[in-house]
Amino acid sequence: MTKAQNGGRAWLVRFWPVVPIVGALIFTAVLLMLFGASPTESAQALWTGAFGDRNKFLGVMAFWVPLALCSAGLVITFTAGLWNIGVEGQIVMGAVFASWVALRMTGPSWMLIPMELAAAMIGGALWAALSGVLKTRFKVNEIFSGVALNNIAIIISLYLISGPWQPPEGGTFRGTAPFQTAALLPRLLESRFSVLSFVLTILAVVGVYSILRGTTWGLKLKALGKNPYSSFLLGVSSERETILAMMFCGALAGLGGAVRVLSWYDSLRQQISGNIGFLALLVVMLAGYRILWVPFIAFFFSAVLNGSITLQLRTQLHSSLGGILTGVMVLFVLLFGSARQLGIGLPKETIGDPSGGAPPAALSGDLEGGS
Amino acid sequence: MQVELKDIRKYFGQVKANDGISLKLEPGKIYALIGENGAGKSTLMKILSGYQPPTSGEILLDGKPVKFRSPADALAKGVGMLYQDPLDMPPFRVIDNYLLGRDDRVRLDYKTARAEQEELARRNNIHNDVHATIDSLSMGERQQLELIRLLAGGAQVLILDEPTTGISAEQKEILFESMHKMAREEGKLVILVSHKLEEVQELCSHAFVLRQGRLEGHQELPCANEALVGMMFGQVPERSERPPFAVGETVLELKNVTIETYQLTVPDINLTVKAGEVFGLAGLEGSGQRLVMQACAGLIPISRGKVLLNGQDVTAWGYHRQLNHGMGYVAAGRLEEGLVAGLSLTEHLVLTRSDQKFFIDWKTHQAEMAERIKTYQIVGRPETTADALSGGNQQRLLFSLLNTPLELLLLEHPTRGLDVRSINYLWQLLYKRRKHGTAILFISADLDEIIEHSDRIAVFSGGVMSRILDARETSADELGHLIGGQV
Repeated sequence: MTKAQNGGRAWLVRFWPVVPIVGALIFTAVLLMLFGASPTESAQALWTGAFGDRNKFLGVMAFWVPLALCSAGLVITFTAGLWNIGVEGQIVMGAVFASWVALRMTGPSWMLIPMELAAAMIGGALWAALSGVLKTRFKVNEIFSGVALNNIAIIISLYLISGPWQPPEGGTFRGTAPFQTAALLPRLLESRFSVLSFVLTILAVVGVYSILRGTTWGLKLKALGKNPYSSFLLGVSSERETILAMMFCGALAGLGGAVRVLSWYDSLRQQISGNIGFLALLVVMLAGYRILWVPFIAFFFSAVLNGSITLQLRTQLHSSLGGILTGVMVLFVLLFGSARQLGIGLPKETIGDPSGGAPPAALSGDLEGGS
Repeated sequence: MQVELKDIRKYFGQVKANDGISLKLEPGKIYALIGENGAGKSTLMKILSGYQPPTSGEILLDGKPVKFRSPADALAKGVGMLYQDPLDMPPFRVIDNYLLGRDDRVRLDYKTARAEQEELARRNNIHNDVHATIDSLSMGERQQLELIRLLAGGAQVLILDEPTTGISAEQKEILFESMHKMAREEGKLVILVSHKLEEVQELCSHAFVLRQGRLEGHQELPCANEALVGMMFGQVPERSERPPFAVGETVLELKNVTIETYQLTVPDINLTVKAGEVFGLAGLEGSGQRLVMQACAGLIPISRGKVLLNGQDVTAWGYHRQLNHGMGYVAAGRLEEGLVAGLSLTEHLVLTRSDQKFFIDWKTHQAEMAERIKTYQIVGRPETTADALSGGNQQRLLFSLLNTPLELLLLEHPTRGLDVRSINYLWQLLYKRRKHGTAILFISADLDEIIEHSDRIAVFSGGVMSRILDARETSADELGHLIGGQV
């Protein structure tokens, strides 16, 4: 292999996340043409919908904040080899804990807001810890406990909305009464976007980056995600790190939940998470589990999803087109796999069965290193 | 059905598991395929049963060359293999398991299947309850079911890989009887892969001996055991002189330790290893020596007895706590049990340090790893990932990651797959450790290695530990007999 080829491959690996995006754009364009719509016109409408004026752009940013927060947290759990499907429920619990402070406490903003954010992070972290403990102590796969806990979190929020936190005038079961003004995050120019939440998100991304790059904890998570048994033999406590990774992600998701109730809305609503947890899973997969890609992919998702609302108004196309586009993109990612799975940028396997396909572990035991 | 193998080769990277083996087997006979661990028996039989294709070479059935796409394809062509671990579905009922392999229609035909199975069971004298679930059966009963499944599938050639491991004497009788019946009355060709010489002598009419991937010899049975042992293990070279070393206090002590697992019970082990002593455990894979090792490391629980480390009862401590008290453990699988593929050498070093800080000081660790790379002669750089190293270098990396000083060092197959130079180098490192009072307990499949490097030796056979031998007064021959279960 020549040096130039090597360089070319490294470049391809680095920019691999772009490939499925481009592939999905082409696919969607073809789809639009099949339905007799113009791809360029649709793209224009999408663009106007996302960036047409200042408010639209701030809307995109306001949606981006919780999405990026959850995605950053998920990078940590994915690194540790955990499928934290429960992130949706962790957002809801964060929103619930923040709402509790907003509804039950009074005080100036500088006191209320830190308390709300801290409560939200604790709520999300505890909810995530449940999944972690169920996994390490009771051998319940985090995917199953996550799905269950998502539903329970949503049920709790619905109960609170229709029960104890019902607005005094009776309400419509759609949400609690609006919070006191002091409890809400300061928003920019009457939009739903809060500069404070933006700063916190940037801090979270930088934090995750430095954890994975420069801390012992981050290294332990990496090792666990790649080979739990070897990590155990090297001295890593899988139980402790698993629960901590879940709690870290839960805290960031909880913070995202707080942003949803304190700046996107002004009260605890039904479906408060807006599916952001599931979207964040897609964002992280599309980003190839790399934290530095996460803010940009999340921004792209946010722009497409917000822009497609205008798309519906402008053209006859349904706003779910944005969902189709992002969905197709993730499918493309899963299809193409990562660059590594396709064998790009990877040295050829030195030991392997020429027939391809690894033999089951139980039978391959004595093949390795047999002299 | 006559079977002929022509110049079968199977390479796994650098390792030549089968290196040009040619055999000719006639129907109506029971053959034995014997050899030490890693001789290539299982590889060869997996090729013959369609589990894996050879790198090169030809299989002929009744003179016609065939190629197997899968075990199912091989069975359809008449070759069936009974694996050491039965390939059944434990939560299923017997009848469902049978149908899974037999019936390929949409609707399951329970009635016919049941009749078929009962007929086969009766003919082979096998007790059969079609409604029992597989996991309620013993290992021997599961084996019999697999056998029925293979026979029903039309197997004319039957391969049995270590079939008597983990089954009772009674079940063994039944198994042997049905094997005789199949060969003599039904004209089937039976191949027994085994290391138990008495079984082979009792059952088989011919033995093929493999050694290091080649056919070492062919022997009519019965014959003197010595002839087989000689072919299996080769000539034992004279031991090189080892500097005498005065051992110190007892470091590791096992008191009446019993380990019970699903497949094997290791009863009542009593063992001491002293500071500076090298203690070797011999035996074929799965004979219990690895379980004893893992119990010493705190990796698996023991049912009865006590493990003492420096006089302290560590039975309930667990692996990590022992690690912090001067125990070191190097498992057999390098990239599966010890190293993390994708992490760099330096990252491995950071993980094993006991003085971990929140932020990693990459520079210091990088320098420290570079130092260790030099000391341990690892061909690699601090930023190389562990999976990019060759097997020998992975082993050196594992040794470089061990703490210093160590009280106790537990090693599984420390030199497996290494070349002579690396092996010598590793033992030099180990002797250095022993000079500092480390007690070393190791497992090896290489009898010469065990005799050459140990002070004392114990042999495991079917979970039972032999008497403890003095390495200076034993021979590969004696160990070979003990491995075969002869006292």
